[in-house]
Amino acid sequence: MILLANNLVTPGVGTIFWSVLIFILFLLILSKFAWKPILSAVKARDEMIKGSLESAAKAREEMLKLQSDNETILRKAREEREGILKEAREVRDKLISEAKGKATEEADKLIEKARTGIENEKLKALSEIHEQVATLSVDIASKLLGEKLKPSGKQAKLIDNYLKEIDFNKN
Amino acid sequence: MLLLAGTTISVFGQEVKEKTESEGKFDASTFILDHIADSHEWHILTKKNGDNVEIYLPVILYSKEKGLDIFSSKKLADGNEYKGYKIEEEGDLQGKIVSVNKEGTVDEKNLPLDLSMTKAVIGMLSAAIIGLLLFLSLSRSYRKSGISHPKGIQSFLEPVILFVRDDIAIPNLGHKYEKYMPYLLTAFFFILINNLMGLIPFPPPFGANVTGNIAVTFVMATCTFLITQFSGNKTYWKHIFAAPGVPFWLLPIMIPVEIIGLFSKPFALMIRLFANITAGHIIVLSLICLIFIFNSLSIAPVSILFVIFMDFLELLVAFLQAYIFTLLSALFISMAVQENH
Repeated sequence: MILLANNLVTPGVGTIFWSVLIFILFLLILSKFAWKPILSAVKARDEMIKGSLESAAKAREEMLKLQSDNETILRKAREEREGILKEAREVRDKLISEAKGKATEEADKLIEKARTGIENEKLKALSEIHEQVATLSVDIASKLLGEKLKPSGKQAKLIDNYLKEIDFNKN
Repeated sequence: MLLLAGTTISVFGQEVKEKTESEGKFDASTFILDHIADSHEWHILTKKNGDNVEIYLPVILYSKEKGLDIFSSKKLADGNEYKGYKIEEEGDLQGKIVSVNKEGTVDEKNLPLDLSMTKAVIGMLSAAIIGLLLFLSLSRSYRKSGISHPKGIQSFLEPVILFVRDDIAIPNLGHKYEKYMPYLLTAFFFILINNLMGLIPFPPPFGANVTGNIAVTFVMATCTFLITQFSGNKTYWKHIFAAPGVPFWLLPIMIPVEIIGLFSKPFALMIRLFANITAGHIIVLSLICLIFIFNSLSIAPVSILFVIFMDFLELLVAFLQAYIFTLLSALFISMAVQENH
């Protein structure tokens, strides 16, 4: 038994020869026709999966970026709209207030003009009245005095003085 | 698995029964070692009258005087002599083919070179053919399906290939793994297929003890050794002949130790695979022999249960040993190719 066991752990030359032959052939054939295509296919698949995942992540990122971009654009647009509206409101208010001011001014001017006109007319009327009154007074006086007073000279002066004393504005 | 254990028991059982009946006594150790050792014929069964039904394998011999001889081992069966050769039946050279002189005596000093295709060789060849068929068809399906998801045979073998790549090659060899993938894959599947085929007892070409043959494990370990040495870089050799940090007066001790280390690593690979597979076979055979040692049928259920258990264990060992051999090969290669520590 020990001898047989000894035989068991002594490598046989023939078996070594065939093992080398079979194993090397097995290795060479498989390396060329099996492992190479299999490993490259697996690697290609791995790379494709990795690439797809990466591009998906990139797309997601880009989408998020686009979304945030959209949001900023929207926000900006909203802000701009608000700004424009505010400006318009301001412009309108300004226009209105300006118009109001101008109108008041104009009205004031008109009123002023009217007043000066009235004043002038009044003065004119008054001076006319003066003259009329003077004539009338002279007439009355001449009638009273019996003599025709000349509307010039001492009498006229006197009448004017009297008339000046009368304040028309008082009544 | 049950079928496996069942066949194991029925095949060997019947053989042992016939042998015992014809020879009158039962020698378990001879029986077990007969089954583990290599032989020139493939024994199938022994008939009741003592005749053996065997497959005779080709004998290829070369000797200086007689040149190359190729003939069937049937010519040498039952101790027959043919062309001056016979199979020695006892003594140191038991089971080996020896030259016989004209006087009829064995010429022990002048052994012929025996390149016969023995049981282990045929088993190995069959495993290689099965492996080739399997992986060539696998590669064809990859070529056909391109890089789409694995299907059919791919879904079964691809995880194993990826396991070798991701759990053996890449962790050890890093980015240099691609160069060594073909060897690692080949070694892994060669060992695995042979281990699994060795577990199946019947019919031929199953049941040959290939990975439990020291010559086969020697060749595989030598392959790892050669690949390791040839891919060794400057750092690797520097560590062997001038290990950094070692005082120079220690070098005369360190260099021989390192050189022994070079050889002890593949030697361990060789012995580990051989011993594990052989031990498994011996245990299964011993459990079957129990029936015949006790010479009682009542022990059979126990034997069967244990054989089933052992077959499960051996199935695990078949994968485990293929894994360990490949892992250690990758590790040894990585030690030779790593840049620095």
